[in-house]
Amino acid sequence: MENVISVNGLVKSFGRTRALDGLDLEVRRGEVHGFLGPNGAGKSTAIRVLLGLLKADGGTTTLFGGDPWRDAVSLHRRLAYVPGDVTLWPNLTGGEVIDLLGRLRGGLDTKRRDELVERFELDPRKKGRTYSKGNRQKVALIAALASDAELLVLDEPTSGLDPLMESVFQSCINDERGAGRTVLLSSHILAEAEALCDRVSIIRAGRTVESGTLAQLRHLTRTSIHAELAGEPNGIGALPGVHDLVVEGERVRFQVDNAELDTVLRALSTVGVRGLTSQPPTLEELFLRHYQKEEGPA
Amino acid sequence: MTGTWHLFRLALRRDRIVLPLWTILLGLFPGLVASSFASLYPDPAELAKFAASMSNPSLTAVYGPIWAPNLGGMTAWRSSIILLIVALATAFTVIRHTRAEEEQGRRELLGSTVVGRQAGLAAALLIALLASTIVGGLTALGTAAAGAGGTGSVALGLQYFLACLLFGAIAAVVAQLTQGARTARWISGAVLIGSFLLRMLGDAGGDLNSPLSWISPIGFLQRIRPFAAERWWVAGVVVLVVALLAAVAYRLNAVRDLDAGLIASRPGPARASRALLSPLGLAWRLQRSTLFGWLIGYAVLGVFLGSATDAAVDAVKDSPDLGDVIGRLGGGASIADMVIAAGLAIMGIGAAGQGVQAALRARSEESALRAEPVLAAAVGRTRWVGGHLLFAFFGPALGLLVAGLFLGIGYGSASGEGGGAIGRVTGAAAVQVPAVWFTVAIVVLLFGLLPRLTSLGWAVLAFFLLLGQLGAILQLSQWALDLSPFSHLPALPGGDLTVTPLVWLVALAAALTAAGLAGFRRRDLASGG
Ligand SMILES: Nc1ncnc2c1ncn2[C@@H]1O[C@H](COP(=O)(O)OP(=O)(O)OP(=O)(O)O)[C@@H](O)[C@H]1O
Ligand SMILES: [Mg+2]
Repeated sequence: MENVISVNGLVKSFGRTRALDGLDLEVRRGEVHGFLGPNGAGKSTAIRVLLGLLKADGGTTTLFGGDPWRDAVSLHRRLAYVPGDVTLWPNLTGGEVIDLLGRLRGGLDTKRRDELVERFELDPRKKGRTYSKGNRQKVALIAALASDAELLVLDEPTSGLDPLMESVFQSCINDERGAGRTVLLSSHILAEAEALCDRVSIIRAGRTVESGTLAQLRHLTRTSIHAELAGEPNGIGALPGVHDLVVEGERVRFQVDNAELDTVLRALSTVGVRGLTSQPPTLEELFLRHYQKEEGPA
Repeated sequence: MTGTWHLFRLALRRDRIVLPLWTILLGLFPGLVASSFASLYPDPAELAKFAASMSNPSLTAVYGPIWAPNLGGMTAWRSSIILLIVALATAFTVIRHTRAEEEQGRRELLGSTVVGRQAGLAAALLIALLASTIVGGLTALGTAAAGAGGTGSVALGLQYFLACLLFGAIAAVVAQLTQGARTARWISGAVLIGSFLLRMLGDAGGDLNSPLSWISPIGFLQRIRPFAAERWWVAGVVVLVVALLAAVAYRLNAVRDLDAGLIASRPGPARASRALLSPLGLAWRLQRSTLFGWLIGYAVLGVFLGSATDAAVDAVKDSPDLGDVIGRLGGGASIADMVIAAGLAIMGIGAAGQGVQAALRARSEESALRAEPVLAAAVGRTRWVGGHLLFAFFGPALGLLVAGLFLGIGYGSASGEGGGAIGRVTGAAAVQVPAVWFTVAIVVLLFGLLPRLTSLGWAVLAFFLLLGQLGAILQLSQWALDLSPFSHLPALPGGDLTVTPLVWLVALAAALTAAGLAGFRRRDLASGG
């Protein structure tokens, strides 16, 4: 499948801070791609490079096969962007900003615009300076969603939305996917990524640490098992993929890499299993593993 | 008011460069002017003669009355323009630490910590008090050191101190009323200009006790009469007014919501009009009220100066001595032409201020991250910044034409010269444009190559203003005076039109602008990190 975005070894420094340090990112046509990472990981910086607002110091970046710095204007006709920090002009109304941004990137479907204003319950007649953070975000979101762009670049678009609006947002994104549009969605919120994304990339300190479908990433996580066995649990600790084994007589507790789950369960059943509980892997775990610096990537 | 001290220290930290810079530089000025006068006119009789030649209605209208024909009196008179500048600077400082803070949401952050709701206002007023003290103290010390006399120097220092404090307090009230820092700055500026015009109208009549001058805050302050029988009670009244204004500001601050002004904003259109839907349309929308404000200012000032010029000419006609002195100074130009040329020179600096302000708008849009969504749409960098630069270059040009037109109308109708004056004066006003463009082009260059330093544009302008206004008095050498583009302009009307310097200035302005634009196309956009 063809890539809408492909980034290879992207480097960007601000003075002595290396914000991006060899970032890789591939976004395929038609997918919703989650771009996850802790504060200061470089998500917004990477997005700004992709938009030609910042100039890369190294690596290659292509957007629709073009150069995001050189071909900025023509590429921007094909995408719509919602910044992480939406600031509006104090004297322009929300409705005016939606029309303006829509027009500047090439056009806006007015019917869709009105629908979205309704769905997000936005009052478009208020002046920019009187909107709350969440409402400012809605203005930018509506402008982007009402466009006919092939690619939506959304930088933490829901950080100010209440749960009700968050679900409106999720259904909008699902509509976009149905319409065949590509979405790059940076986020902190795991549940959001799990609900929306086909694939995700996790970055930390300017580097990609993990990338793939949710199923693949789950595969990388561990299931925790509590089991009561019929006999002595001999040799389980020596099996590949078993971690943190605790043996209390015939009871065992341990974690197992999902890739080895099958082998380990076979070994248990040769001993005989009287009882077993398992906790399924969550992305949360994976996240924490990457977020916590001291542990480093798996 | 818990947290006032903390916020005060925070504000001091933010202002650690700007505040000392302007308070010290401007505070030193009256002293410098005094020592220049002292060396130019070592003989008090000479100085008194010079003072007599300067007390004519048009100069009184511009600088205010000469209260005493001695060293101190002449210093107070000649540096009265600094009084306006320090008052404005203090007002802006207060707005910067109150309304602007709130607008940028910084106050919200602090508001959730253990900071009382009045602490921000109290801290801003403390900063104003500090600035006033530095300016007033240096003024008093400087003039006393130049030998102008102790009591008068104290009165002059007090005048500067109170001017800062008064306009700081006015700004504190205005900041509570409006919702935007920009509007607050505008209103404070308008109050200052209004009080200057009132005083001008009052003093131009020749009556030193005109009620117009007494109700003007600036005129009132000047009636402390430093170096002539000082009226200390005037200072007392101003102190009371400041206390009253501060109390009003506190009261307003207590009753309103955070981020809200008392002048609430009304709902607007749900749809954008077609005119808004382009980078130029957006720039127009953002810049138009400022532009209209300037144009009205030019027209009013033009008519006013035009009629004042005629009054000045009449006054000189009655005094052949004075006519002689001025005739020699002007090298053949008529007195009317000289006064008009001086007025246009001041308007030229004003127009450069307009241009700098408009150009800086591009930078503030960028820093506020409002340029980002526009540039992330299908809009090139040059096209975006071009919208603002159009106002930076052609706004002042239009303004100067309006100024010239109305000055010509004002003078033409008062003097009976009629329509002929309009063309002559408008042409003379247009001559200021190349110097204005050069100044704006410096800002564009900074914007493109050293974006963080763009607001130094104001410092550049202030430097040109001080060179032009005080360079001759401070006996600076010609090459120093030549640093200002305004010193290269032919003195029109009345003088000869020399085209070469104009062409040079325009060419240099074009080159600087091109370099600035090229820099902007190559650099990172501010990302607020
Ligand atoms: N203009 C800038 N100047 C200096 N440093 C910057 C600038 N912009 C970003 N940085 C730094 O680069 C790093 C990456 O920042 P970035 O904003 O891209 O992170 P992020 O992943 O978007 O974080 P968040 O989740 O908080 O939005 C941070 O350390 C930040 O401080
Ligand atoms: Mg970010």
